[in-house]
Amino acid sequence: MSKRKILMSVATMCMLSTAAMAQGPKAGGVVNAVIQPEPPGLMMGLVQNGPTQMIAGNIYEGLLRYSPKLDPLPGLAESWSVSEDGKVYTFKLVKGVTWHDGKPFTSADVLFSIDFLKQTHARARGNLVQLDKVEAPDESTVVFTLKQPFGPFIGIFEVGSLPMIPKHLYEGTDFKTNPANNTPIGTGPFMFKEWQKGSFIRLVKNPNYHVKGKPNLDEIYWHVIPDAAARSVAYETGKVDVLPGGSVENFDVPRLSKLKNTCVTGAGWEFFSPHSWLWLNNRSGPTANKKFRQALMFAIDRNMAKDVVWNGLGKVATGPSGSTIRYYTGAMPKYDYDPAKAKALLKEAGYKGEKVRMLPLPYGETWQRWAEMVRQNLQDVGINVDMVATDVPGWNQKVSEWDYDIAFTYLYQYGDPALGVGRNYVSSQIAKGSPFNNVEGYSNPEIDKLFADGAVAFPDAAREEIYAKAQKILVEDVPVAWMLELQFPTITRCNVKNLITTGIGVNDGFRDAWIEK
Amino acid sequence: MISFIAQRIAKAVIVLLALVVLNFFLIRMAPGDPAVVMAGEAGAGDQLFIAQLREKFGLDRPLPVQLFLYVKGILSLDLGFSFRQQMPVSKLILDRLPATLLLTGTAFAISLAFGILFGALAARFAGTWADTAITIAALIFYATPLFWVALMAILLFSVTMDWLPSFGYETVGAGYTGLAHVLDVAAHLILPATTIGLFFMATYARMTRASMLEVNRLDFVKTARAKGLSDAVIQRRHVLRNALLPVVTLAGLQAGTLVGGAVLTETVFAWPGIGRLMYEALLQRDYNLLLGVFVVCSAMVLAFNLITDLVYRSVDPRIEFAS
Repeated sequence: MSKRKILMSVATMCMLSTAAMAQGPKAGGVVNAVIQPEPPGLMMGLVQNGPTQMIAGNIYEGLLRYSPKLDPLPGLAESWSVSEDGKVYTFKLVKGVTWHDGKPFTSADVLFSIDFLKQTHARARGNLVQLDKVEAPDESTVVFTLKQPFGPFIGIFEVGSLPMIPKHLYEGTDFKTNPANNTPIGTGPFMFKEWQKGSFIRLVKNPNYHVKGKPNLDEIYWHVIPDAAARSVAYETGKVDVLPGGSVENFDVPRLSKLKNTCVTGAGWEFFSPHSWLWLNNRSGPTANKKFRQALMFAIDRNMAKDVVWNGLGKVATGPSGSTIRYYTGAMPKYDYDPAKAKALLKEAGYKGEKVRMLPLPYGETWQRWAEMVRQNLQDVGINVDMVATDVPGWNQKVSEWDYDIAFTYLYQYGDPALGVGRNYVSSQIAKGSPFNNVEGYSNPEIDKLFADGAVAFPDAAREEIYAKAQKILVEDVPVAWMLELQFPTITRCNVKNLITTGIGVNDGFRDAWIEK
Repeated sequence: MISFIAQRIAKAVIVLLALVVLNFFLIRMAPGDPAVVMAGEAGAGDQLFIAQLREKFGLDRPLPVQLFLYVKGILSLDLGFSFRQQMPVSKLILDRLPATLLLTGTAFAISLAFGILFGALAARFAGTWADTAITIAALIFYATPLFWVALMAILLFSVTMDWLPSFGYETVGAGYTGLAHVLDVAAHLILPATTIGLFFMATYARMTRASMLEVNRLDFVKTARAKGLSDAVIQRRHVLRNALLPVVTLAGLQAGTLVGGAVLTETVFAWPGIGRLMYEALLQRDYNLLLGVFVVCSAMVLAFNLITDLVYRSVDPRIEFAS
């Protein structure tokens, strides 16, 4: 079988490293960062939430990392190739890698991790649905064979999606009660040292890390500070150096960004590509009418929301896919802010001023203000909006029980429409009781077929054509009202360098970070 | 006295069990459940995953069965397992309880000492500028929301003056030991303890002032004056002691609820106590943890009520224990 070598991204890594080297990374130093909420655990195979990955992304590693353009980069795999039929993926592992307890990392750990994650990791389970078998011909080679080509497969190997788990600690044990969960052991640049619940988590440098000269930092402290205003103050008073995206309310960002030695960036979210929209209940009420839904798109001033609520960060969403997602096309009908057009469409829809229940996302003041802005927009065109206050569990219940008309949300897209886009629109994902699938109840057999075909089409050109068609249909039907491609601002001291070097951002660990004295 | 205490403890246990049952249903009446919250945090909420979580937590069982198992656990002093924190509830609470007791104990001591002192001064100098100043200050502290006081205190003493730390229990990573550690914790304690203490201090000051003025009008005070005792002795030995009974009652009731009062303060100051644990458990619908914190809070209220009854006796020996 002839193979085509793809994306040997060592060159890219060298370029990134060279840029940093020119400045001369300095070894040593401690970074204090904020984490919120406190993670329930740090064992990434068992716990998959944002704060867990943000911290444990330093402890564990995946086979690959991804550039801001989502090209694969070496991680625990130093090279990889794909067979011409797109069904066999062969990974060569970095040699000489050890776990934090000194045991060697081998292909047997990769095989074990796949088996482990199929049992415990809902997203990994979905990502591996086309996997036929995985084999380890030798200690440093792993071969994945798929049932049929699965386009997004090369994009599922980052640390949060497929973290490597130490076989020697977990094999034959009850994973959930294994004592090792409290002292996580990975291969990453930092090792777990201490966790004072409610206060801080401390990681220290892994002196045997497999990338020579990395990491630069000696320690990282993650401080648990539950109140957003107190997190701002902690930065302002110099007690913390890094506020990862979403740590403070957006209205505090301009003030904090003016502080001395402070840098703000929206980079590092390209892989997750958080996409925000309004769920619109397609089953009943005014939102069941396509013209009403289109009217909403014209009625909402999304540019203003971006500039005012999100301080200019992010982009106005043009459709179901974010612009950093593979096969994104911007060549679609546009919904620019046009209240007159919205009013005309409402008239065509036969809207008579019925009450429309709107659920803001209960994630703090930023989202509340955004909801108020949208309510104002909708009231301006004559829509009778009733804002319903909830907390997070209440929001989850109302959305999963379909008890709403309009509901704010945002979800990650994970770089590929087959991973993070299709699930929101295909009818097989309509299921009461879960707030994370097609809760709007949109059902279109053509869309079902396009997403089913797109996931397994080969080669890339075929996928591109399918997804372009799907995006066009969805934008015309407006099953949900797309709002913004979000960028959560990461605020740091400017002398903390190279904090974000990949498309996974601060969730990919502080491996390359260093402190300029 | 022993039989009095035994009776009170027996009654307290019954009340506690009734509270457990009530809280059990009350919490479950709130919308949403921990499985959906955790699935949301995982960013992958397929129904299989949510069903797995419910099964793991035992939430798929009928409610009476869940209640039976919970009460059975309580009777063997087992508060259950926290869904989200993946730890026994009792360990979580015991780990956090010292911080809360330190915070609320300090706040309680500050508020009681200064509240009684300022209340006594206001009564002693009733109608003067000192009385007016104390009364107005007490009114302001009584009426101002705790979180606002907390934020303003942070703004003034941490951001502007940089005198006191704004969050946490200690300086993380400083490695202080011995006296340096004690002083470090004390520095972290000042703002949150004062924030909580101000409200209660205002309450005690107002109560002490009113009560002392009332006692001052009673005949035995006139008799004491007629006997030629000095005003200071009359105020301290006769008036204050008799005026303290309602203050003790109030303090006894409030001591138990100080844990609840610490929820906001612990959250704003990132103080790692059980008030914050309760707040987080509520947002995450971590039923067992929330119930566990409620049990501890209820037990504290009941314990303080018992202590209040005992303190009555020492404040006023005329009071006898009814057995």
